[in-house]
Amino acid sequence: MSIQTMNVKEVAKKALNKEQLFILDVRNEDDFNDWKIEGEQFSYVNTPYFDLIDGIDPIKDQLPTDQDILVVCAKGGSSEFVGEMLVEEGYENVYSLEGGMKAWSEHLEPIKVADLTDGGELYQFVRLGKGCLSYMIISGDEAATIDAVRMTDVFVDFAKEKGANITHALDTHLHADHISGGRRLAEETGATYWLPPKDATEVQFEYKPLNDEDVIQVGSSNIDVHALYSPGHTIGSTSFIVDDQYLLSGDILFVNSIGRPDLAGKAEDWVGDLRETLYSRYKEVSSDLYVLPAHFMTNDELNNDGSVGEKLGTLYEKNHGLNVEDENEFRSMVTENLPPQPNSHQEIRETNMGKISPDHDRQREMEIGPNRCAIQ
Amino acid sequence: MTEIKVDHVLDSKGMACPMPVVKTRKEIDQLEPGKVLLVEATDPGSKADLKAWSERGGHQYLGVVEEDDVIKHYIRKASTDEANEETTHENKVDNEQLKQKLTAENVTLVDVREPAEYAFGHIPSAVSIPFGELEARLNEIKKDQAVYVVCRTGNRSDLAAQLLTEKGFENVYNVVPGMSTWDGDIDRSE
Repeated sequence: MSIQTMNVKEVAKKALNKEQLFILDVRNEDDFNDWKIEGEQFSYVNTPYFDLIDGIDPIKDQLPTDQDILVVCAKGGSSEFVGEMLVEEGYENVYSLEGGMKAWSEHLEPIKVADLTDGGELYQFVRLGKGCLSYMIISGDEAATIDAVRMTDVFVDFAKEKGANITHALDTHLHADHISGGRRLAEETGATYWLPPKDATEVQFEYKPLNDEDVIQVGSSNIDVHALYSPGHTIGSTSFIVDDQYLLSGDILFVNSIGRPDLAGKAEDWVGDLRETLYSRYKEVSSDLYVLPAHFMTNDELNNDGSVGEKLGTLYEKNHGLNVEDENEFRSMVTENLPPQPNSHQEIRETNMGKISPDHDRQREMEIGPNRCAIQ
Repeated sequence: MTEIKVDHVLDSKGMACPMPVVKTRKEIDQLEPGKVLLVEATDPGSKADLKAWSERGGHQYLGVVEEDDVIKHYIRKASTDEANEETTHENKVDNEQLKQKLTAENVTLVDVREPAEYAFGHIPSAVSIPFGELEARLNEIKKDQAVYVVCRTGNRSDLAAQLLTEKGFENVYNVVPGMSTWDGDIDRSE
């Protein structure tokens, strides 16, 4: 028996199918506590590889003998090192996660969420490792992305497979928790990059301003993407109503939580906008719209098919953040005792503005960790 | 930062995790207790991991310097003697008493730790004379002033104080415990 490898796609399937998996995470405790591979039926032991250099005795009684063991580290080197020790000690079915948490952070799982008018399709790209959700609308030979993440190849290849070219790349806002792929997609495919102008006052590149009530049409079936100005997470945050049925809410409204107003350091200024968007503007649209957010926080929010979304009317009943009647209470909820800000959020914002151009490795480093864009 | 004197250098540049820690572990086995190892690495993951590994093994993680793309870790091998709290030199002061002396009088303060320990944080007026070099550098210490000797825990300074007394210095004090709990001003060599 020798050590086997498991790739992130296989792990993603196990998470989405709610299968069991035993994970031995050999990163240091801080990294593990900050962020790990989530799965409803996953169980974990965390012992840093550097505590196991002299042998696996410290963890022997914590390891199952009747189950697969997936060893996980930051990049895949230490998990292989520890995994080989396990195999030498007679453990069978030991796997090392190929590419480690870096690969996990970058994996996207495309899930079809809707058929649109005249054969159009709407896909959600679930980034399990980071809780990001990107979208692609396909209609005939045209495609549009919304909140596409940094791994642009995935979108380009996916569109190509569907026989479409990406003609529009839209971002709901200037992201602070992950690096947007919108601008690069535009450069690579010739697509138009749309950004809300109020979020783009400092950007260093060409973009097309996205204003309230703009309508962008995609493809032969003219799928409408209707912009709805919905500030509060950022001053420019804009939602999209797609094909009159889907509300792409960006980082304003999630399934179990709402957006936070503080990532650009302006919580006090933006809390009023957030309230206005969630308690007035969104109330004016149909409660039958199906909300598709740009993030999820925990795997509890995943539907059975792995997608994330819920009817707006249902969210008005169940989402705590939409049910705080008292304005002062709401204000303190979204400005006090906030979760920590995402790792490197300032650097990420500057990258998305085109002010700095970190290399690929640095971009990966900056995105390590959970997204933390929500308030429950 | 100017070049810090170390006893041994390990080049782990270009190696990915887990190799920097694995190599460090092997290398440190070859060193005598109390000696300082410089580990040069390029893997950013080495930053948290070498520190955590050192501390668990009882080694002293002195600090890290990043120069160009090289991450330089300074680690001092665990030395069991220092767990011993017995000191034999009679004249002792604690850290608080030392603070008062430093403001009140003209005194000589000798830091007998390794150069790398000194580099990552020392009392501003302290002169660095590592214990191993003390005997050869006695002429650098004024005989007509009180001499205070400091190290990390009071142990090496105890030996140093005894040596100085033996060599004819009359007014020698050991600072106990010393830098491990020092909360006063600190300088770094940069």
